[in-house]
Amino acid sequence: MTTLEPAVAADRPPGPRPPAKRNRRSWTGWGFIGPFVAVFALVFLAPIAYSIYLSLFRDQLIGGTQFVGLDNYTQALEDDRFWDSLIRVSLFLVVQVPIMLGIALLIALALDSGRLYGKDFFRITIFLPYAVPAVVATLMWGFMYGTRYGLVGDINDAFGVTLPDPLSADLVLASIGNIVTWEFVGYNMLIFYSALRVIPHSLYEAAEIDGAGQFRVITAIKLPAIRGALVIATIFSIIGSFQLFNEPNILRQLARNAITTDYTPNFYTYSLSFNGQQQNYSAAVAIIMGLITMVIAYIVQLRGMRKGA
Amino acid sequence: MRRTTSRLMRGIAVLSVLALGATACGGSDDSADKPVSAGDIDAALEKGGTVTVWAWEPTLKTVAADFQKKYPKVKINLVGERSGDKHYTALTNAISAEKGVPDVAQVEYFALSQYALTKGLSDLAPYGADKLKEKYTPGPWNAVNEGDAVFGLPMDSGPMAMFYNKKVFDKHKIAVPTTWDEYVEAARKLNKADPKSFIAADAGDAGGTTSMLWQAGSRPYKVDGTNVKVDFSDAGAKKYTDTWQPLIDEKLVAPINGWTDDWYKGLGDGTIATLVTGAWMPANFVTGVANASGDWRAAPMPQWTKGDKASAENGGSSLTLPTLGKNKELAYAFAEYANSGAGVKTRIDEGAFPATKAELESPEFQGKEFEYFGGQKANEIFAESAANVSSDWSYLPFQQYANSIFNDTVGKAYVSNTKLSEGLKSWQDASVKYGKEQGFTVE
Repeated sequence: MTTLEPAVAADRPPGPRPPAKRNRRSWTGWGFIGPFVAVFALVFLAPIAYSIYLSLFRDQLIGGTQFVGLDNYTQALEDDRFWDSLIRVSLFLVVQVPIMLGIALLIALALDSGRLYGKDFFRITIFLPYAVPAVVATLMWGFMYGTRYGLVGDINDAFGVTLPDPLSADLVLASIGNIVTWEFVGYNMLIFYSALRVIPHSLYEAAEIDGAGQFRVITAIKLPAIRGALVIATIFSIIGSFQLFNEPNILRQLARNAITTDYTPNFYTYSLSFNGQQQNYSAAVAIIMGLITMVIAYIVQLRGMRKGA
Repeated sequence: MRRTTSRLMRGIAVLSVLALGATACGGSDDSADKPVSAGDIDAALEKGGTVTVWAWEPTLKTVAADFQKKYPKVKINLVGERSGDKHYTALTNAISAEKGVPDVAQVEYFALSQYALTKGLSDLAPYGADKLKEKYTPGPWNAVNEGDAVFGLPMDSGPMAMFYNKKVFDKHKIAVPTTWDEYVEAARKLNKADPKSFIAADAGDAGGTTSMLWQAGSRPYKVDGTNVKVDFSDAGAKKYTDTWQPLIDEKLVAPINGWTDDWYKGLGDGTIATLVTGAWMPANFVTGVANASGDWRAAPMPQWTKGDKASAENGGSSLTLPTLGKNKELAYAFAEYANSGAGVKTRIDEGAFPATKAELESPEFQGKEFEYFGGQKANEIFAESAANVSSDWSYLPFQQYANSIFNDTVGKAYVSNTKLSEGLKSWQDASVKYGKEQGFTVE
């Protein structure tokens, strides 16, 4: 995200430059940054510009294409299906992200404490799910969630109990949260763990001399020291939550009534484009969603940095 | 038409065409308005050329090989790895990009009118397709025919029947239902006798529901050019919801989605006792539920009034000629060969269900004993069903989209307190809204 790196304004002395100098300005510099600018424009700016261009039109089965200005945007802002999906991922974010980051932090602190037997084994095992592609992970969990022939069904049969159906309309969001947590705890743990490793040991020695216990060391040294990593992990998780797509898309094969085609904002834009041929409206929704994500990520970054100052 | 998307899609279409190696040779662009004589088609076959065919129907492979043997100068380029949504997305993209459009495309009946309406498909009447009317059963012919125009040649059909697991019915001594009231009763008895056994699997399927409405006499879609009417409140729809609602309320249907692993397993182990669907199903039983061979039988679809013989279609597709395709005469010759000529027999031998009367009525076809159904002559039932399909049904010109949101709306009836009739109403509202957005005049 562009918001992650504050723009550095180049300081240039004001006032006109001598004409001779301007004439002599060579294109050598462009030669160096040219390849970058070309690729950047092609893969980054062009798609955004094209999406904005698309979002200003409307294409109908009957009547063809016409320029509609900002109509698609006003329609999106009044679209209940869009807002419902945004509320759904926001709820997901508020519940799932703290749980996931909390677990990741606990594990990172445990690994860092040096009191764990088989530390390397734990680290690699907990990180392993991140190496499993999201599609495969979801298929696997989808199988386990099955109440008829899946793991849940087997448990029901073996113990004569009736567990709630993880794919029912009420629980499916929590089930998706479980999959995402499983996938990303290891990744976030690794971010926290590597931040913990760079804390100078002299600080711990000083704390020991001062008579601080482990808990005090965590709250007074470790957590403040990895604040940057916490903020970054939070921002990544927020973006990840808003972009939720793979998990609902794949679980939908098993729970078509519980997961609607407008379940998450990303899934909604996908359905608009590929089921409804409404690429223009879809582009408008995507741009609004992109802006919302940027604003929220930026707010979190500002807050995180202010505390750090 | 579709100018803005065309640019985006052009790139994708070009890439996919390159990747597929589909090389459309330059041919003469014929205007489809003037009649094409049999002589013109023969001359084109003599001259030769390449025909690109987008179709997933597996039996077309043999047909294409036979066709090339018969007309050595013609090459059939069969592209068939896509099916369902992906097929239509690719086809729509190619048509709007005006590039890489196939010469022949397989299109299911429910999706035909969308392409026909947006002038994506050629009228085949000038090629002589209008004279083939008597060859086909009423359901499929009605689906390809709009006014004087014919937009495709019917390839197969899906007259509906009820497949039932005889072993399950025998075990619990339950009579095989012949009416929907008996069906609901059987569902209660069965589930009481064995709580793990359900009369059917139903987790909400647009194709299944529209076919049920079709049989019940409901006509929710009225289409006249760009004037569209959607109404799920007629008497037929009420009959359907009144009967089906108790099945959902009392949890008598298993909430298993079709074509999933659970579904195949359920068909095999007695969890699912009946399956009401199109006559193309037997081949899927043989491959997908092999372990239950001998357990299942076919029966006529249950009726709304005892003694009736009402039926409906489920699924089925046609071969069409996209307007922007090339080598029109050759393309038509191939479609005609596959769906009306010698290819029909080849395809039936490989397990396809015909849309042509002669084949349906032939003693050889009707007398075929299905080993899977314990030697039952199931085609007799299917053929009778085909003859009893009422032909005044029509789909929406944007049925693809409507079907895609079926589970968002009607699906709620399966997982919450929403009633089926309320679900249908919200499906209606969403379809109307989309229709209006797309420029149709919708009531």
